[in-house]
Amino acid sequence: MTTGTTQEPRPPQEARGSDERLSGSHRLASVLRRPEVGAAIAALAIFVFFATTTKAFLSPGGASTWLFTASSFGIMAVAVALLMIGGEFDLSAGAMIGTTGLTTGIMMSEFAMNVWVSILLALVIAVAIGALNGILVMRTGLPSFIVTLGSFFVLQGVNLAVTKILIGKVSVTGLQRAEGYTQGQQLFGSFVKIDLGGTLPLTIYAVTFWWVAVTLVATWVLLRTRAGNWIFAVGGAQISSRQVGVPVLKTKVGLFVTTSVAGWLVGMLSLFKTTTVQSTSGVGQEFIFIICAVVGGCLLTGGYGSAVGAALGALIYGMVQQGIVYEGWDNDWLYAFLGVMLLGAVLVNNWVKARAEAVR
Amino acid sequence: MTTNENVSHQASGTEGSDTEGSDTVVTGTPAASAPPLPEPGVAIIEVKDVGKSYGSVIALREITTSVKAGEVTCVLGDNGAGKSTLINILAGAHEHSEGEFIVDGVVRHMSSPRAALALGIATVFQDLAVVPLMPVWRNFFLGSELTKGFGPFKRLDINSMKQITKSELAQMGIDLRDVDQPIGTLSGGERQCVAIARAVYFGARVLILDEPTAALGVRQSGVVLKYIAKARDRGLGVVFITHNPHHAFPVGDRFMLLRRGRSIGNFAKSEMTLDELVQMMAGGAELDALTSELERSMPDSAVTKELQKGMKHQ
Repeated sequence: MTTGTTQEPRPPQEARGSDERLSGSHRLASVLRRPEVGAAIAALAIFVFFATTTKAFLSPGGASTWLFTASSFGIMAVAVALLMIGGEFDLSAGAMIGTTGLTTGIMMSEFAMNVWVSILLALVIAVAIGALNGILVMRTGLPSFIVTLGSFFVLQGVNLAVTKILIGKVSVTGLQRAEGYTQGQQLFGSFVKIDLGGTLPLTIYAVTFWWVAVTLVATWVLLRTRAGNWIFAVGGAQISSRQVGVPVLKTKVGLFVTTSVAGWLVGMLSLFKTTTVQSTSGVGQEFIFIICAVVGGCLLTGGYGSAVGAALGALIYGMVQQGIVYEGWDNDWLYAFLGVMLLGAVLVNNWVKARAEAVR
Repeated sequence: MTTNENVSHQASGTEGSDTEGSDTVVTGTPAASAPPLPEPGVAIIEVKDVGKSYGSVIALREITTSVKAGEVTCVLGDNGAGKSTLINILAGAHEHSEGEFIVDGVVRHMSSPRAALALGIATVFQDLAVVPLMPVWRNFFLGSELTKGFGPFKRLDINSMKQITKSELAQMGIDLRDVDQPIGTLSGGERQCVAIARAVYFGARVLILDEPTAALGVRQSGVVLKYIAKARDRGLGVVFITHNPHHAFPVGDRFMLLRRGRSIGNFAKSEMTLDELVQMMAGGAELDALTSELERSMPDSAVTKELQKGMKHQ
């Protein structure tokens, strides 16, 4: 009995509140350590660059365009970010936009079904496919990259083949005939026009409001709820999470369903804005969602990231895509830019992770 | 057991109940429904002639020992001695096939770690079950988060969780500047201590520590030993599994040595010295052979010198 029997007296108030050893500079440092900081700085720099070098970028009409692009990618990027924090990928996220849009579109135009029934049917399909993805990944133990690559190809094929069987062409039009179309249009396809004195008014589409709402809800869930704690935990250390009683299966399947439902939401938003849908809608966007999430600070290995960061990643994508057009550059530079952004972001994220894990 | 030891147990027991009291003040509701801690010195777990066979393989036989509140029971043995089988039985992971397993005087057959946890028997395994990138306080409450509010506005009670984490760790003698730092930034010893503090907070009465010092350096091992002593002083029964007699001796009250699935001794601290423990652990003749072998092959190594020193004491 030689060790530790003498207990050092410890003032109880030290246990409460913040520690006096944490200086103001420490708080600044902890803000700078947030995963979305890099994306915020990059977004600001890109905004300033295009705003000062082109006229169209800040004009109301121009801003409407990039805001719209950023918004529709942003909803998906946020959902994909949650999934990535949970340690998984979903490559079928883009094709899901097409699947749900086509389902609703065909039900409304070809079968003259009620708009809400059509929308709900697409939602049910999205939830089912998301749950299937999740259960397959968890039960087989295969990497989600492979499982969802499979479901991506299945959806892509089904989107084309079934559409051709049902309506004999590859795009759906004539939604306006369906009962209750205007109600759906109000929820998903409306817009606000703000006249700022330019040649065109600033148009903010419904998708932008949805984007903001999705980002806020996702941030709340991630940082302030038990589910959010579990998402970080299953992505960071799955076995440890299970040992302390985190419902791993429920959390992961929930994340896959969330991503699918986000695909459904974007499918509806694009369907009711454009009143048409192509069989190939959304295909090829799945990697852009992942790039947006990574640029926003998500680790490819899971356990770290932020919803706000992913939203900022999508904002960067939207601004650059339109900014390149306004600069009069060749559109193809967009992809080169995305590649550079992705590599840069991965390097920064890995450095941040290494620092976070290093013994201080 | 000497009078001296009884006195010190009494003292540590009072300390233990003090800290329990302040627990309830800070937290309101410690999360577990385990039975209350008995008086120091009262046996929480007793095993009598416990054995375990896997098919025709007898992994453990005729083990008799007890874990008392406010005492550290050390289980020593080399690899393959049956330590992990014994842990698995105590932790509820495997059911024993012979003998009696008594908790609070009641004969039990534990079917799962959850059942053991409900009786206040918590096991800290070597991998510690922590998520390195998550803050210390989130790790502390992972899986048992505190919430406030209702329905869709049900949210984490972050301030309480941070405060409880800080004060619980302080009671274990770990003084963290910032419970918001990722747990991966703590040293191995500190992480071990967070895992111990977590088990204690969530109602552990018996703490089973599986080789907590195995992967640690000398200084870090010392830190962990200090926290084992703290847990004991709080009135918990501790089962400390190790293969290192130098770690076991300073904190242990009772030592059980395992070899080839059998107990080769069960001693109170007053009955033996460190050197005897080391000697028994290695098996006298085997240790002599090892010493002379090492003297020949690497005469200058620290291990050799340590062994020679040990031999001279005999």
